[in-house]
Amino acid sequence: MKENKSIMDRIADAAKSVTTGVDAKDIEYWVTIYIMGREYKVPADLTILTAMEYAGYKFVRGVGCRQGFCGACTTIYRKKGDYKLQTGMACQTRVEDGMYLVQIPFVPAEKANYDIEKEKYAVSIFFKHYPEIAKCLSCNTCTKACPQDLEVMDYIQAAIKGDFEKVAEESFDCIQCGLCAIRCPSEIVQYHIAQLGRRMFGRYENPEPEHLKRRVKEIEDGKFNKEMDKIISAAKNELEKLYAERVRESD
Amino acid sequence: MAEMKFIRGYPEYMRELIKKVEQTRMKRKDYTHPALSKEGREEVLKLHPDFAPGGKRKISIGPNKGEIGPTEVVDLLEAYPLIEKKDIDLSRTDYSPEILIIGGGLAGTTAALWANNSGVASKDILLTNKLRHGDANSIMAEGGTQAADRSNDSLKKHYIDTMGGGHFANKPDVLRALVEDAPFIMDWLLKLGAIIDREDNGDFVEKWGGGTSVRRLHSCRDYTGLEEFRVIRDEFRSREIPCIEHYPTVELLTDGENRVTGTILWNIETGEYKIVRAKATILATGGFGRLHIRGFPTTNHYGATCDGVVLAYHAGAKLRDVDTVQYHPTGAAYPIQIVGYLLTEKLRSTGAQPVNKDGEAFVFPLEPRDIEASTFIRECYVRNKGIVTPTGLRGVWLDTPLIEIKNGEGYIEKAFPGMKRMFDRFNIDIRKDPVLVFPTLHYQNGGVETTPWGKTSLEGLWVAGEVSGGVHGKNRLMGNSTLDTMVFGRRAGISTAEYIKSGKSAGKLTLEHTKKYVNQLKEAGIKTKRRAPILLPEYRGKAALARMIDIF
Ligand SMILES: Cc1cc2nc3c(=O)[nH]c(=O)nc-3n(C[C@H](O)[C@H](O)[C@H](O)COP(=O)(O)OP(=O)(O)OC[C@H]3O[C@@H](n4cnc5c(N)ncnc54)[C@H](O)[C@@H]3O)c2cc1C
Ligand code: SF4
Ligand code: SF4
Ligand code: FES
Repeated sequence: MKENKSIMDRIADAAKSVTTGVDAKDIEYWVTIYIMGREYKVPADLTILTAMEYAGYKFVRGVGCRQGFCGACTTIYRKKGDYKLQTGMACQTRVEDGMYLVQIPFVPAEKANYDIEKEKYAVSIFFKHYPEIAKCLSCNTCTKACPQDLEVMDYIQAAIKGDFEKVAEESFDCIQCGLCAIRCPSEIVQYHIAQLGRRMFGRYENPEPEHLKRRVKEIEDGKFNKEMDKIISAAKNELEKLYAERVRESD
Repeated sequence: MAEMKFIRGYPEYMRELIKKVEQTRMKRKDYTHPALSKEGREEVLKLHPDFAPGGKRKISIGPNKGEIGPTEVVDLLEAYPLIEKKDIDLSRTDYSPEILIIGGGLAGTTAALWANNSGVASKDILLTNKLRHGDANSIMAEGGTQAADRSNDSLKKHYIDTMGGGHFANKPDVLRALVEDAPFIMDWLLKLGAIIDREDNGDFVEKWGGGTSVRRLHSCRDYTGLEEFRVIRDEFRSREIPCIEHYPTVELLTDGENRVTGTILWNIETGEYKIVRAKATILATGGFGRLHIRGFPTTNHYGATCDGVVLAYHAGAKLRDVDTVQYHPTGAAYPIQIVGYLLTEKLRSTGAQPVNKDGEAFVFPLEPRDIEASTFIRECYVRNKGIVTPTGLRGVWLDTPLIEIKNGEGYIEKAFPGMKRMFDRFNIDIRKDPVLVFPTLHYQNGGVETTPWGKTSLEGLWVAGEVSGGVHGKNRLMGNSTLDTMVFGRRAGISTAEYIKSGKSAGKLTLEHTKKYVNQLKEAGIKTKRRAPILLPEYRGKAALARMIDIF
């Protein structure tokens, strides 16, 4: 018994810097960063997000998933002695010595409203809802800003040509962080355009799988009702037996 | 500044250890480690954080008094309400929607759409969020969603797999609703324009999920939740349903009896509160990963702090199955920047094998999660065959290069862009090298007890999604929770709409329930400074915290 307990304690102990915040005395390597211009010494192992927390910031905005999925922690930074403005997600970017950074937790962008059931699956949809798309200069600034390394300009160009498949394919991993839109000289909101393109592609390109249609119909027709009535009142030992007797589909 | 030397993302000593994995890889290629027997499972489960001694205690007040829960959860139930000593003016109502939804993950957002589909006007719905709309567990789901829609599959099989996974504690009528609605939900997602992986002939690609007998996992690459959620949110926004962000609920309001009548929202930036009066309230606040139960890292988003369970309990709702916690076997254990983050189960279902320090496969890769996780703990802390990271964490290898050996080159880039990208950022190429994994706190199995229509034991209060309890019993199967959010989000939306249409008037707004709650705490002799819900976890550096003072 004692051993199990100590296993749990050992696990908790090993993880404590991630679960309770970092303690300076555990840290060997340090870097200096500038959060909105002010200097802080922070552990070298941290991300921008955890470094800001280390420095004392309690986030109430500018963070969501903490794992690169939600697009809330949009950040721009520049390194000391370098003129180049860089972009990244605070939760996914390791701090580097001499980083000057600021978060952009909100992007004031307009999204069009539409009912995809009533829209035409044609290139005109992009010009109808986002006419500014025509102003794309092919400057590729958006692509350079994208923290997901997507070919943003390419999917915008694909939208202009009505190539829905390419829009869907190239933009699929978009986390809607807004960095492309902020940098775009033509005020195009790439990620909303991509969203529209993907939904149209998803809705109209592939017919619904036959096996799904069949199953939905079977359920509507009540085909499984008897079986289900029976199983929900099955006793535990009966269920255990059924569970043990399951045959695994072959790979 | 001297730093450790890295070779393709790993420190030298780990690089050495990887050679052992490489040496056995081709031998393991066609090998599947046998699954554990019933006895073997029981034995190894003793190491699971849920069953290892300690970590739990009895709840001493409320409808679930006497039942056991994780200490971290019971601590929150046995805490004083946040607003206890605050002077709250309930006489002015700021918002009066017909339907109030608290928490906009997949569950809450789906509920809004289906309330709207069922005849409640957009303007009569209000969706409220603690952070942004979408800063949620939903957007992070990687692996997929279950639905029994292939011809060799059946609702019954889905039901039995889920029951067995849940240790037969699942609520039968609720589980029935889950499996029966699942194909319909897939159909709905397609109609909304979600892009779900397809075979060349147009059929869904369906993969294995741990603990299932049939391949029934539907994915959108490894961004399943992102795709499902952003499509649903886009539809929500297109319908102009009112939505407010950065306004967590800090307490529900009741009529003083058994009915929930509204809520207190709190502007997390300015501190101002707002009063909402609603005829029906849907609680969809998600789970509790950020409580770091038993000190485990977590896969969950920043706001997963158990608020919904606490709020509902204050109002008198009954909970169930809160005693078990799901740990996902494959959380990242290296590098430190991503510790605890999820490496989807689909990696294993497409061929990646767990391997120990000596390069040996030691477990059937697709045991139910609690079993799989326990074997990792055994390998690391009992058999001492784990790998120790530079920061002292332990883990086992997940041999990802096998995925491409089995499925062909280029497969990882196509099927796991998110995973690949996450490790690329730290110079690790998961196509060529294994990754280090250890169990991570993943899912709140139980929660507020619900009916098949999302109703709770209180009038006027519905629940949907991870905050609810019953459908998954004591352990959820992969792919069943994104499903659950949409099935019961939809049902809660429909059910609240019906309730509204039955001509219900709004109830009076009181905080009587919190007064009663405080009395119960006092009677039970609970003296503590703890307050709940906690809203956000605390990660500020200890040095900075030690010198912080409040002035404004
Ligand atoms: C990394 C990861 C991977 C996963 N992968 C899968 C998978 O492959 N398949 C699967 O089926 N499931 C998966 N899951 C589980 C599944 O994603 C979640 O259980 C599910 O999406 C929960 O949805 P929800 O709507 O109930 O809660 P959430 O999506 O968490 O949404 C709850 C929302 O409520 C908000 N909230 C919380 N408290 C308050 C408050 N006090 N006031 C107002 N708002 C509040 C939160 O901020 C959040 O926005 C995964 C989970 C994680 C974390
Ligand atoms: S395409 Fe734009 S919004 Fe999407 S991830 Fe890239 S920069 Fe962010
Ligand atoms: S930044 Fe704007 S103008 Fe430049 S390529 Fe991208 S979309 Fe076109
Ligand atoms: S917090 Fe979600 S992407 Fe960084």
